[in-house]
Amino acid sequence: MSAPGPSSEDFGARLSFDRGVPGRRAVDVPRWDGEAAPLPDARLLRGSLRLPELSQGELVRYYTKLSARNYGIDSGTYPLGSCTMKYNPKVDDLVASLRGLAGAHPQAPPEEVQGTLRTLLELQRGLGEISGLEAVSLAPAAGAQGELAGVLMITRALEDRGELAQRRRILVPDSAHGTNPATAAMAGFTVTQIPTGADGSLDRATIERELDGSVAAVMVTVPNTLGLWERGIEEVAGLIHDAGAYLYGDGANLNAIMGRVRYGDLGFDVAHLNLHKSFSTPHGGGGPGAGPVCCSTELARYLPIPVVTECDGGVVRFAEPERSIGRLQQFNGNVGVLIRAYAYMRALGLEGLRAVSGQAVLNANYLRVLVGDHYDLPYDRPVLHEVVFSGSRQRRTHGVPTYDIAKRLIDHGFHPPTVYFPLIVEEALMIEPTETEPPEAIEALAEAMIAIADEARSDPETLHGAPWSAPIGRLDEATAARRPVLRWQPDLGDGS
Amino acid sequence: MAPSEPTGGSPHPYIPATEADRARMLERVGVADVDALFADLPAAVLDPTIHLPPALAEPELVELLAERAAANAVAGRPDFLGAGAYRHSIPAVVAHLTARSEFVTAYTPYQPEISQGTLQSAFEYQSVVCELSGLDVSNTGLYDGASATAEACLLASRVTKRSAVALLEPIHPGTADVVGTYARGAGLRVDVLQTPEAVRADHACLVVQQPDFLGAIVDLEPIAEGLHADGVLLVAVADPFALGMLRAPGDAGADIVTGEGRDLAGPPQSGGPSLGLFAGRSTFLRQMPGRIVGRTRELHAPPGGGEPRTGYVLTLQAREQFIRRERATSNVSTAQSLIALAFTITLQALGPRGLREAAELSYQRAHDAARRIAALDGFETPERGPWFSEFLVRGPMPAAELAAALRARGIGPGFDVSDRPEPEARQALLFSVTEATPEAHTDALVEALAEIGGAA
Repeated sequence: MSAPGPSSEDFGARLSFDRGVPGRRAVDVPRWDGEAAPLPDARLLRGSLRLPELSQGELVRYYTKLSARNYGIDSGTYPLGSCTMKYNPKVDDLVASLRGLAGAHPQAPPEEVQGTLRTLLELQRGLGEISGLEAVSLAPAAGAQGELAGVLMITRALEDRGELAQRRRILVPDSAHGTNPATAAMAGFTVTQIPTGADGSLDRATIERELDGSVAAVMVTVPNTLGLWERGIEEVAGLIHDAGAYLYGDGANLNAIMGRVRYGDLGFDVAHLNLHKSFSTPHGGGGPGAGPVCCSTELARYLPIPVVTECDGGVVRFAEPERSIGRLQQFNGNVGVLIRAYAYMRALGLEGLRAVSGQAVLNANYLRVLVGDHYDLPYDRPVLHEVVFSGSRQRRTHGVPTYDIAKRLIDHGFHPPTVYFPLIVEEALMIEPTETEPPEAIEALAEAMIAIADEARSDPETLHGAPWSAPIGRLDEATAARRPVLRWQPDLGDGS
Repeated sequence: MAPSEPTGGSPHPYIPATEADRARMLERVGVADVDALFADLPAAVLDPTIHLPPALAEPELVELLAERAAANAVAGRPDFLGAGAYRHSIPAVVAHLTARSEFVTAYTPYQPEISQGTLQSAFEYQSVVCELSGLDVSNTGLYDGASATAEACLLASRVTKRSAVALLEPIHPGTADVVGTYARGAGLRVDVLQTPEAVRADHACLVVQQPDFLGAIVDLEPIAEGLHADGVLLVAVADPFALGMLRAPGDAGADIVTGEGRDLAGPPQSGGPSLGLFAGRSTFLRQMPGRIVGRTRELHAPPGGGEPRTGYVLTLQAREQFIRRERATSNVSTAQSLIALAFTITLQALGPRGLREAAELSYQRAHDAARRIAALDGFETPERGPWFSEFLVRGPMPAAELAAALRARGIGPGFDVSDRPEPEARQALLFSVTEATPEAHTDALVEALAEIGGAA
């Protein structure tokens, strides 16, 4: 156990559990001074409970110090590709925490929560307009749950068509997010991978060859994870429909096209949106998010419970579509996140959303041209919201993997981009600046990347050991997985 | 004199680039205007008509949402609705600490060197959930209690290689619905049982709610023993607040414990953001859904000298979708991290004695309310054995009429369970009284019921 002290402390070695002192407490609980009912039989009751015993000030200091060991959008540029890490407006948090909204009980009768329901209704309608798929359920808690909803809706539609037994395959591009094939498998389908062609779009010949009576759906991300427009997607949609299958849209990259082109108009049957990406609700270190699912009128009757509807007399209610896939959660979805997304939509309006997508795309292209001479660009054409570089030149010539480049960016004050994804790009560095970064920040990021490319030539050792300025150095992930330590125990010691 | 707006300013407070910035950037990129960057998009469907309400400035936005908040029923009135969402006293430090933007605006911690705040907090969370549940391994949290329970059924099916699961009544209907949704996708049969003895040897697991949907405390141990004889796993859906007082389900034989953590994180928010607790036996480690954080050390000694320091990383990622793709244990990616942080801080602020005291205060306040209501003419509080802090009330009139009469008196009634098959639920409302229910609210309820009973 290391000695306490501001700089030499091995902060991570001592959890709140280790810092407590028996008898200390952070809050009081009122006493019961009425007639005491006897407690249930002791066999039903807990013996001991191990939780830390800290005073209020100690607890606040511990978590405040922990927060200082984190990096968020508010700390600096966070160009994590495919994650749309843009500035999160603070007014969204404020309105979501208004007592009348935050305090609403999930099972309150609709007449008592019209303020919440009206807000959800308007968000639902707005997302229908933006996606071009007018039927919407706000229920899914995150993108992956939206995907599951969409694929289960397709399952149910095929069941009603009497074709579910034959249609057991889902086609997924090799550039897809991992959630796509995982979702297809969770819904009981087998996955066929479609390769990406030389221009960065889906290989048309493979799609045409694979599309037969055994295909239930094709899951496509537009723009794709290379940051490129999926050329000819509207024609591919026609081929898919001719083959009796459905086209699923992963809306993770909506930020590139908001207000300019719509999934419905392109021929998608169903798509999910990630409100913690495009609609700028905070990501919270890994959620909560929201992944509403939007679909054509044909699929509307399969939407998950609940959908929001306006009844005669203007009363808004939660409703159950007639052939719904069912509930995805016990209640109504991440309503607090949905209210934030509504506030974002209202703050921007259509012109604002178009300005968002325009600037997001310009920022990605600006970075592309500023850095393009120093890193490989496997698909060298104008991009949309993100640009994927390859560090293969640095790897081959100087023995510096992308991993090192990413870690060195931390020393320059940036959060690293997404690395080694998409899987089809060697040594990938996937960078999404978003519209909320000023040009000066993009120029600074470009300068840092160029400096690191120079360093790869002149001083690769410095890169191998980076970061040097973070709260902690590179961690031993192999041992973590081989000998898992996953919870506090009194004898956990110093973590070795 | 107000400053005049410069022409060509930034288009919105959230978008910094001005007209001049854009001109400079476009020139460098080598295109004439922003629209040219979208040249790949099909012209036939480009720039459609989209109907959205006009943009609002920040003060207008606040005003609009304040109106919406005011259109909801007055928060703070006596309200006895529970049935899956319970009001608890959340320490003030929770909202304060979880509002720190380094926590709020971070992504999933893919870069551990600058994400120790999120990672170490998640390790604290896993530790708290293991202590509460009496099990060895927790993930960092799933969407909500019901979807966590559905994931538990999928795990049970994978490890037992059985393709049916069973739910024990009384269980929250929302939980049963969600298990049904996930099970249909996975091709599992779902049976709803009235007694644990009805379990069959082809069931992967039996899901038991603790306390059950009508508030009764379940003795899990004999159920677990019966199930294990047939190789059936016990999944306990437990209220983590009640676990401050009740025996840890893992100690009673549960193999997986799930639960809803939202109510110990903050206000109900119409049900979400929620938090799905999920803990299991260590033998299920490589079958667990969701993210898991592990403790490790630096690869090298720090630059200033000394021993490699302790740190935390996402681990056992070979289970997850971004590595394993269609062979992943679940498709979960973004879950509910910030809510897990709030849940952790609440429990650590309460500490071992505070949580026990709060749970017992709930128990006492609820039993006191039930005793006073049962003493009223025309009312009874049917019991199904020992119970925690939710109880049935049967009045001299149909449940819906009783509920309406309470609403007319400015009191939020309990949940209408009169359509349930259990005889105790006939004509009954299910009332929730917790440690956060002011005694004045209980007084108002008893008084209102006395009036209603007197008039009936």
